[in-house]
Amino acid sequence: MSEVIVITSGKGGVGKTTTTANVGTGLAQLDKKVVLIDTDIGLRNLDVVMGLENRIVYNLVDVVEGNCRMKQALIKDKRYPNLFLLPSAQTRDKTAVTPEQMMKLTDELREEFDYILLDCPAGIEQGFKNAIAGADRALVVTTPEVSAIRDADRIIGLLEANEIKQIHLIVNRLRMDMVSRGDMMSIDDVTEILAINLIGAVPDDEQIVISTNQGEPLAGRTDTMAGQAYINICHRILGEDVPLLDLNVKNSMWSKIAGLFKKN
Amino acid sequence: MGLMDFFKKKNSGDIAKDRLKLLLISDRANCSPDVMEMIKNDIIQVISKYMEIDAEGLDIQITQTESEGNNGTVPALYANIPIKDMHHTPGKANA
Repeated sequence: MSEVIVITSGKGGVGKTTTTANVGTGLAQLDKKVVLIDTDIGLRNLDVVMGLENRIVYNLVDVVEGNCRMKQALIKDKRYPNLFLLPSAQTRDKTAVTPEQMMKLTDELREEFDYILLDCPAGIEQGFKNAIAGADRALVVTTPEVSAIRDADRIIGLLEANEIKQIHLIVNRLRMDMVSRGDMMSIDDVTEILAINLIGAVPDDEQIVISTNQGEPLAGRTDTMAGQAYINICHRILGEDVPLLDLNVKNSMWSKIAGLFKKN
Repeated sequence: MGLMDFFKKKNSGDIAKDRLKLLLISDRANCSPDVMEMIKNDIIQVISKYMEIDAEGLDIQITQTESEGNNGTVPALYANIPIKDMHHTPGKANA
């Protein structure tokens, strides 16, 4: 049975696109057939994060308007046999698509894919409404900051009002050094405030910047904290019970090792 | 900085959490802290007609609760009103 998952946050810049790219890559590594859809019409980004920007011919709006067949617009990620991207249109705006058209699109993809991931634009307007229209479940991404959490709370309210039953939280960009000295809200603090179930926490990791620079998502790379955190999230999406990564221990160990190299 | 200041100083993480908790109550209820204060004062006035209550300890909050009829959650107003004396003569406040 296939599932349509929307990745959303309300606030911009908290890591929706990075999360979509990594969760999608991770699910593909776990042998699921996955398609990623960039729903941010006019501001497409998922293609560059995935490193597939040079292969775009047709886009989401072309499919919706019938300018091409679905198969022609889907970009196959050559690194994984079962991972595809449906890029957004760069020269149009969000009014080019309606929620009804998005539902039709996701229903068509359900027949071929196990997981359909929708990268939602920031905000709560038309683009958000389009992205959540066909979704069965939602991953709400937030960082441990007041502005991001406030927006996440608003988004959760809207998702509930739209009868999206399964809503899970991802706390992104955690800095355990700041949490331990009390200068950043902890995973527990954020989960308590937002009152939804946590599906994973991702540390603030330099490797994310490096992987985005290279256009190679790092999910599953166990030599990185973030890569490990993302693959754990993927296992939990599949319903497996995976204990929460101990960000604290490894992080301090990593920073010590990194510190050694910096001095020399 | 005195020793007492050192102990009183709150972590910025805790400050953030406290601010958010208050903020989200009014966000979720779509009503401002001012309105909440007015509701609180009115509750004190009404209840005080019948019993003596601890106005300082009174706490009201808007939260989510499972709705009984249709599925889903609905907002609910929770009031925690500590009673000082139950045997307050009815109507005395009006006298």
